[in-house]
This record gives sequence, structure tokens and C-alpha cells, in this order.
Amino acid sequence: MSETKRRVRTRPQGKESPAGTGASQASGGSIASWAVNHMIVARQSLAGLLDTFVSSLMTWLVIGIALALPTILYLLLANVGELTSTFEGKPRISVYLADQVTVDEGEAFSRSLDRLEGVASTKFISPDDALTEFKAMSGFGDVLEALPGNPLPAVVEVVPSVEQPAELRLLVTGLSSHPEVSRVSVDLEWVERLFALLTLGERFVTALAFFLSLGVLLSIGNTIRLAIENRRSEIEVVKLVGGTDSFVRRPFLYLGFWYGFGGAVIAVVMVEASLVFLGGPVDRLVHSYHDRFVLSGLGPGTAITLMITGGLLGVLGAVVAVSRHLHAIEPR
Amino acid sequence: MIRFDEVSKRYPGGKEALSRVSFELADQEMAFLTGHSGAGKSTLMKLIILMERPSQGQVFVQGANLNRVSRRQVPHLRRNVGVVFQNHQLLFDRTVYDNVALPLIIAGYQHREIGRRVRAALSKVGLSGKEKQYPITLSGGEQQRVGIARAVVNRPPLLLADEPTGNLDPDLSREIMDLFVQFNQVGVTVMIATHDLELVNRMKRTQLILNQGRLEVASA
Ligand SMILES: Nc1ncnc2c1ncn2[C@@H]1O[C@H](COP(=O)(O)OP(=O)(O)OP(=O)(O)O)[C@@H](O)[C@H]1O
Ligand SMILES: [Mg+2]
Repeated sequence: MSETKRRVRTRPQGKESPAGTGASQASGGSIASWAVNHMIVARQSLAGLLDTFVSSLMTWLVIGIALALPTILYLLLANVGELTSTFEGKPRISVYLADQVTVDEGEAFSRSLDRLEGVASTKFISPDDALTEFKAMSGFGDVLEALPGNPLPAVVEVVPSVEQPAELRLLVTGLSSHPEVSRVSVDLEWVERLFALLTLGERFVTALAFFLSLGVLLSIGNTIRLAIENRRSEIEVVKLVGGTDSFVRRPFLYLGFWYGFGGAVIAVVMVEASLVFLGGPVDRLVHSYHDRFVLSGLGPGTAITLMITGGLLGVLGAVVAVSRHLHAIEPR
Repeated sequence: MIRFDEVSKRYPGGKEALSRVSFELADQEMAFLTGHSGAGKSTLMKLIILMERPSQGQVFVQGANLNRVSRRQVPHLRRNVGVVFQNHQLLFDRTVYDNVALPLIIAGYQHREIGRRVRAALSKVGLSGKEKQYPITLSGGEQQRVGIARAVVNRPPLLLADEPTGNLDPDLSREIMDLFVQFNQVGVTVMIATHDLELVNRMKRTQLILNQGRLEVASA
């Protein structure tokens, strides 16, 4: 040791038993007190948010809108999918009969098709029936009234029992070859197009949901960053008196959770409200085609999933903010 | 309790704040750390609670070599040291009770134990009955005593105070010093950095005098 070293020796002072030794271990530190601390912190951070209700509500609304938008779009898509799947999954074939075919001949022809292989059922629609139906559905009744005759042909609606495109094509070719038939149309294409559109829509909604979730994550992260900045001196004191990283982190993680969870609750309300808002028009639109269709809402499962998602996004955003900013704050 | 072994501290981009400082402070001792402004008093204390790390040399606290203490272990080490630092004063949005309870909550004490210890610490510094008040409603001397209660509530074996009487009048300073003496009498090792030489001389305790980062005199 060098000569600069100096030692200060204790003077024996006859003190009483040292209060310090051994007394510094926590009597708590158990799982129970840890859980209690979690509950207290969770409650405190929620109470803090409710204290500044208006500004918290702003954040909740922003998060709520970002979560509600993809959810509403997703629900609409799911409803459209539901609607189309309740149409017969199999395509229907419309067999238009030649003009000179009489109603009796048409009915007989329809019955003969019924016995064909690959045909599940047939239904004969006379030109008069077709006209009545068309008038009822299109609203062009007056225009048709003005025409000299009935321009509509008789139709046999064929429900095929086969599904494979190749078999269907064979059936269609067979049907076309009859002399009574003027034209055969398969309403398969629009179903296929609709499904393609739905798939596209789903992709779009997924991408939208991804980016909006990222937005939620970043905005919660930023809100937490501000909260950390606001509580800088508190964090310093906590670290000075022996607060661990996880102790310091905890309130901010709960804060993030409450932001995300509260935003999700708002989103659920928004989604349900817009479904009520859309319900009337959708009913009127759908009823002309379909009797028993009800616009399906969130349901408890999806609502809970949405809230969990919101909470998780909040915690994740807080983790990002905390890992970037909390380390830098040390007592000076 | 504390041993410095050839400790130097150079802040990044600065001159040396401490140069080859060596001393030993025994258990249950009470010592004053003096020296001109910028002599390195605060730096020396920060090394003891790992707010700073030495550039050279070794610091031992309760036999533990602080160079071997990892970042994760730092909080647990700090729980054994009570500190009264001027730039880490009370939290003004919390009651006196909550301020004093903080170290106990951090250490995971049970609710009832916290209440008991907080009341005991507050009564020791003469602030019984002020639990529910906010620090802003207290005088400077009272606030300082709340800080001291927070430092001792965990019953640490070591107490560090950096200019605890900084802007208090002589009477209040003496009261605060008496408090430290009382803690020392029940076995707490106490180290106090101060400019108040008059007070130090009157106390007749161990003195560590720093000058330009060098330990000049260590006397009892
Ligand atoms: N964080 C820092 N970065 C750079 N230099 C620092 C830092 N902290 C202190 N110093 C320098 O180290 C030296 C010692 O500072 P320190 O705060 O330990 O002095 P002190 O004895 O406590 O002074 P005072 O009585 O004014 O509080 C000074 O020259 C100071 O400028
Ligand atoms: Mg200083």
C-alpha cells in the first residue's frame, strides 16, 4: 500500500447492540406481498388515469378508433361471407327454353331433366311466372307493361348434384344439346368472384389491422414515454432507495395495460353502436333476398379477444417505451 | 464498514474528482467529510452507493467489493444504505407517510409492518402526527427531517448524508446533527458531508478532509 493510505480506527465507544445489523432484511418479500404490490400498483395507475379523465379519454378514444375500424370491417366481411354461404353452396344452372316451347312441353322437359344423372332437382318457371317475379323484384313493372308481349323466356332451374367443375361442364354441355334449350347459364362465376373479393377484403383488413395495431402500440409507447419523463424525479428517488428495475417498470406496464384495455372497451362500444346504426338499412337490403338473416355483432368471445388484444398492445407499447427510456434515468 | 483502497474517479471529459483515496471507516463510527466546493465529497459518497463507479481502485462496503457488484445487484445493496441527498428530496405529490414508506414498499414489507416502522421513524425525528400532510406544508427543517426518516426507516447499518444542514439556520442544523448522533448511538455507521466546519469541530468526531480530490487528513 502506498503512503497516501490512511486508516481511521474505531474508538471503542461501548455502544448498545447495533440496531443496524441484520435488521435490514425485509420481513415481507413473500409472494403474497409481491402480489399485493401488483394489485396496489394496478389500482394506483388506473386511479391516476381516472384523475386526469379528460386527457385519458382522448388517448382512449384514439386507441378505440384505431381498434374499432378494422373490427367493424372484419365483421362486415364475416357477415357477407355468412350471407353467401347460406345461399346454396352449389351453383344453380338456368336452362332457358326456346320461344316455341309451350308451358306443358316445358314442364315435361323439366321432369325429364330431373331424372338425369348429376341433377339434384329442377324447377320449371313459365314466362308468366318469370314476369311476375321480375316485376316484383325489379320495380320495372311499368316498363314491362308497356311492351306488347312478354319478352321473358321459360326457364328450368337445375340444381346439380355434382360439384367438380369438370362434371359441371359435362352436365352443362349435355343440357345445351337438347333442341328445347336456347341457352344455358351457370351462375357460378359471380360466387367465385365474390369469394375472391372476400379474400382480398380479408387481406386488406388484416393489413389494416396490423398497421393500426402498430399505430396503437407506438402511440401508447409515446404516452408512456411522456409519463416516464413526468415522473423522472420519482424514478430517481425510487432507484436511490433500492428500487429494482422491475419495481420501477411495474407502474408503467400497468399504465400501458390500462390505456390499451380502456381503448379496447371504447372500441367495443363503437363497434356495437355502428352495428346498430347499420342494422336498419342492412335489414331492408337483405330482406328482399333472404328471410332469416340477422347482422351478427361482436359476440362475447370476440369482445373479450378485442379487450385482451388491447391490453396486450398496451403492455407491449409500454415495454418498448420502458426499455428505451427507463434505463437512462439514474439518480445523479 | 467502508474501505477505500487507492480509489480514483475521473468523470468523462473532466479532471480527476478523486485521486488515490484510501481510508477505512469502522462499524458504528460517525465521520465528517469536509473540503472545499468541488473537493470530491459528493463523488466519494456516490461511489459508496454505486451511483458512480471508480475509475481505479476498490471500494468495499460491509466487506463486499463493489467492483464485483453487477447492475442487477445494485438495488439490493442500496437497501442497506440510508441516504440523505440534496437533489433527491421528497416527492411533493405524496404524503409524508408515503414518502417515508417508500423504501419499505420497495423492500416488500407487509402493510402492517410498514405502518409500524413509518410511525416509529417519524416519531424518532419528531414528526409524529404529520403523516397525512404533504411536504409542501412543512418547514425546511421539517422536510429535511422527513428525508432523514426515509433514510432510516429501513434500519440500514450505514447512513450517508450529503450536506444535510445546507440551508438551515444554526439551531436547526444542531437539531439535525443531534438526530444523526442519536442514530449513531444505537449503532448506525454515519458519514456526513458538510461545509459547516464550526459544527464539525464542535462535534469532535472522525474527520475526512478532501482537497482537490486528495484525502488530506483523517483524524479523530
Ligand atoms: N457528473 C459529473 N460530470 C463531470 N464532472 C463532475 C460530475 N460530478 C462532479 N464533477 C466534478 O468533480 C469534482 C468533484 O465534484 P463533487 O460534486 O464531488 O464535489 P463536492 O465536494 O461535493 O462539492 P460541493 O461542496 O460543491 O458539493 C468537481 O470538479 C466537479 O465539477
Ligand atoms: Mg457536493
